[in-house]
Amino acid sequence: MIINHPLLGPRDATEFSYLGDASLMHRPEWQSDDAENQFYEYQYLRDNKAGIHRELWYHEQGDRSWLVVTRNTLTHEISSVELASDVARREGRSR
Amino acid sequence: MTQKNRIGGGLIDQNRSVQFNFDGRLFEGYEGDTLASALLANDVKLVGRSFKYHRPRGIFSAGSEEPSALVTLREGAYSEPNARATVTEIYDGLSARSQNKFGSLNFDLMAINDLLSPLLTAGFYYKTFMWPAVFWEKVYEPIIRQAAGLGKLSGAEDPDRYNKGFLYCDLLVIGTGPSGLMAALTAARAGLRVIVADEDFRMGGRLNAERYEVGEMPAADWAAATLAEFMSMDNVRVMSRTTIFGAYDHGIYGALERVSDHVAEGSGDVRQIAWRIYTKRAILAAGSTERSIAFGNNDRPGVMMAGSVRAYVNRWGVAPGKRVAIFTNNDDGWQTAYDLQGQGVEVSAIVDSREQTTLLPPKGVRVVLGGRIVDTKGRLGLKKIILSDGQDVAADCLAVSGGWSPNVHLTCHQRGIPVWDDKIVGFVPGATLPMGMAVAGAANGVMTLNACLQSGLDAGNSVVEALGRTVSKSKTPKAQDEVSAASAFWYVNESKGRAWLDLQNDITAKDVKLSYQEGFRSVEHLKRYTTIGMATDQGKTSNILGLAVMAEISGKSIAETGTTIFRPPYTPVSIAALAGRSRGKDFRPARLTPSHNWAAEQGAVFVNTGAWRRAQWFPKEGETHWRQSVNREVLATRASVGICDVSTLGKIDIQGKDATDFINRVYANAFAKLAIGKTRYGLMLREDGLVMDDGTTARLSEHHYLMTTTTANAVSVFRHLEFCHQCLWPNLDVQLISATEQFAQIAVAGPNSRKLLEKIIDPEYDISNDAFAFMACGDITVCGGIKSRLFRISFSGELAYEIAVPTRYGDSLMRVLMDAGDEFDVTPYGTEALGVMRIEKGHAAGNELNGQTTALNLGLGKIVSRKKDCIGNILSLREEMVRNDGLRLVGFKPVDPAMSLNAGSHFIGVGAEAKTSNDQGWMSSVTYSPNLETSIGLGFIKSGDQRMGEKVRAVDLVNNKSVEVEITSPHFFDPEGGRLRV
Repeated sequence: MIINHPLLGPRDATEFSYLGDASLMHRPEWQSDDAENQFYEYQYLRDNKAGIHRELWYHEQGDRSWLVVTRNTLTHEISSVELASDVARREGRSR
Repeated sequence: MTQKNRIGGGLIDQNRSVQFNFDGRLFEGYEGDTLASALLANDVKLVGRSFKYHRPRGIFSAGSEEPSALVTLREGAYSEPNARATVTEIYDGLSARSQNKFGSLNFDLMAINDLLSPLLTAGFYYKTFMWPAVFWEKVYEPIIRQAAGLGKLSGAEDPDRYNKGFLYCDLLVIGTGPSGLMAALTAARAGLRVIVADEDFRMGGRLNAERYEVGEMPAADWAAATLAEFMSMDNVRVMSRTTIFGAYDHGIYGALERVSDHVAEGSGDVRQIAWRIYTKRAILAAGSTERSIAFGNNDRPGVMMAGSVRAYVNRWGVAPGKRVAIFTNNDDGWQTAYDLQGQGVEVSAIVDSREQTTLLPPKGVRVVLGGRIVDTKGRLGLKKIILSDGQDVAADCLAVSGGWSPNVHLTCHQRGIPVWDDKIVGFVPGATLPMGMAVAGAANGVMTLNACLQSGLDAGNSVVEALGRTVSKSKTPKAQDEVSAASAFWYVNESKGRAWLDLQNDITAKDVKLSYQEGFRSVEHLKRYTTIGMATDQGKTSNILGLAVMAEISGKSIAETGTTIFRPPYTPVSIAALAGRSRGKDFRPARLTPSHNWAAEQGAVFVNTGAWRRAQWFPKEGETHWRQSVNREVLATRASVGICDVSTLGKIDIQGKDATDFINRVYANAFAKLAIGKTRYGLMLREDGLVMDDGTTARLSEHHYLMTTTTANAVSVFRHLEFCHQCLWPNLDVQLISATEQFAQIAVAGPNSRKLLEKIIDPEYDISNDAFAFMACGDITVCGGIKSRLFRISFSGELAYEIAVPTRYGDSLMRVLMDAGDEFDVTPYGTEALGVMRIEKGHAAGNELNGQTTALNLGLGKIVSRKKDCIGNILSLREEMVRNDGLRLVGFKPVDPAMSLNAGSHFIGVGAEAKTSNDQGWMSSVTYSPNLETSIGLGFIKSGDQRMGEKVRAVDLVNNKSVEVEITSPHFFDPEGGRLRV
């Protein structure tokens, strides 16, 4: 596979490490009332999609960027690649 | 030496004789011959024995689809089993052997299997070797192993060299028949960067095997001229002997180039190259493969594919028989008759399964329309064929054509499913193709010459246009379309004798019927139950026959029956080629510590820890057992001073206004108030609450920290921290850099460590206990101004320091410490002594931080802060993880001090039976303690912290050992830690 890195252009997938579902960016608030349940769902429950999947890749043999890659799990077609930090900020994560 | 079947002509060089050896006999062929063409020229028809039944087998095809003529090439370590004679180029001195024979090829003792064939039908493994179970390892498996696999590996290390390579292009053209060449020519002339690849050593595909004309010249000449044009163009790379074996994601193709298989062994620099080709577009022009027709005893040497017989005559100037009969269900079979007759080879009959045809019979050839061949005769080679009306026809070669199947294989590598085409009677590529791929020519069901050229031109132009170049108005060169009517006729139902579908796996029509009867009816089940279409040829000539027979029995069409999916590789690829140079010590790079050369000079014994080579111990003269060296190193360190290279620990430099906050969130223990110039132990959890890693972190200034990790987790911790920063808290002002390889770090441990360091640290730095207390850290200089860092931390439990200098000074720092330490008898120690001392101190290491343990398990429950948000905090509080009677890390001593302990032992109550339900935990680390003069161990046991002094058994069922042990504190040595603080 080839991942089109937003800063570095197309790079071979062997330069990257895979983590998994981009929902891992949405770490729950530790002081919420049902924190334990929220963390349980965050840690263990994933949608196992056949189709469009947003997932986290790490450019380990490169610039150390975490990327959010939108990939079709059936065809491996990649429709979007963004810096995870940009996505995280856009989706409300801050400090 | 005579080549009695050589009739002349063709594309071989008859002035260049080549000598080779087959089964111990010397033969002559010509440059341009394959092993198969040269054997046929020498009238050698029997070349091997079949897989299950040891039936005599010959050469069946003229290409990579060959199911039958598999031989072992070369000798000794260079030998290669199961090579296809049909694609093996001969060279002077080539040696080849037939396979799968017990005794001689002419009289194979295992041919008795042929008589036992009723026992060896479809699914015979599953049926025969079921019971009794005890027979599996001792009886069945050796029998299966003995009988399986045709050729044998040499068992010696492969002496050849292999490479990997990477190529980039606008367009990859796969196959160089008429459509491939035309497509490539179109794209190349438009200025695209083109790679043209073909598995053959002579490119041109069927143009070299036919007697057609293209552009008013012989087709082979047009191919050669086109290739010559490519060679003159900078934007075209021509790759012969190169098989595109797989279509991967995003336009990436796998290719195997056989660089020097055609020259004497050992004389080429590199034998094969596994290329990864990155393409914007690809045109699959892989042509088509002729398939057989099944009838009684259709596997005798001399029964061949009709198009291959034609290729031997036209390309290699070899007549595969003196009297050739033809069995066909389509027009193309007749072309073989015309070409043979044109070259003066006698054609004894054309048997066409169709009732009528408008084709003109060749002069003097008997034509049987609506004909069926039901049997053949000839023990080691074909002598005659028997027709359904009982008549026989003399023939020493039978050219069979069951029609042509498009080579759709690479279109399937990305979930593409071929679809049935009634007109050409074959599967053509489905609508879903790998990204960027187009299919041209016969591979796309275009079965005639002129149409193939046009198909190639069109495909080429489409790519030219898609990539933004100017499409030219050029036309295809002049060529004719040959007759090509095909019909669906697959096997002769009234056959006497077994009708073979798959020659490589010895599968008959009857096996398919049996598979149907026993319920294995889907094509994927059929394949696995009968093994049809498996092994080196992957059923290129046979799959369709199996499907057709299955379709007929089940009363369905072939379209409804479907086909098995083709996966990479298209033809076999050796593991060695995939490995390239990544073997032996080059499998992965070795990481050497800064003091490696010095340690090697001391005669250190090294151990691999991940990619690192670390000194394990330093044997001294007179020491005959490693334990003596390790005990000496431990005792010397605790008595005076020892030094150890600990550079392999991960080092992460953390800076930024929010660095404190960041570190406080990734460690489970409190870090918010660490003073500048101090170091603290840090415990890192995973989000699920289990321990991820531990280490120390030093605060070097207000916004600057240096974190250390274990050697094993240096990479994963860094990845985790970057995740936390970029994905969870992107607005924290913090930057991370891995500094593992930037610093050499040496532990200096023991009561004299300060005295030693004071000799090399520049005098303006005061490291007395008052000025530089336990857990202090700071920037210093050594040896007259070399910048370094000093940390007063201890893994050994002694007064100890770790000193870090830029990596380039690591070697000299070690030597300086050794010189300066002479007066203290300074002792270098390795990872074993390090391990002994940490077990004596009860420090957890990799065996304890195994990804299954919590802080509470490790006895570190109290340091986990509940007052802050940190990774793992919430889930570490789950009910099961905070049980009071859970596992606790404690120490163990054998009740009899003379007994040794085994790591991995499980704890069982004294008097209780050693079984799972009585299991109370396990021993994670053991060592002999030279200070306590007994073996000691660390381990996890239920409620361990509340059971001091209790005795249990440490049971190692693997080694059949049971030792009574006493539960103790894990801090065996200096439990109050007084030695650290002096």
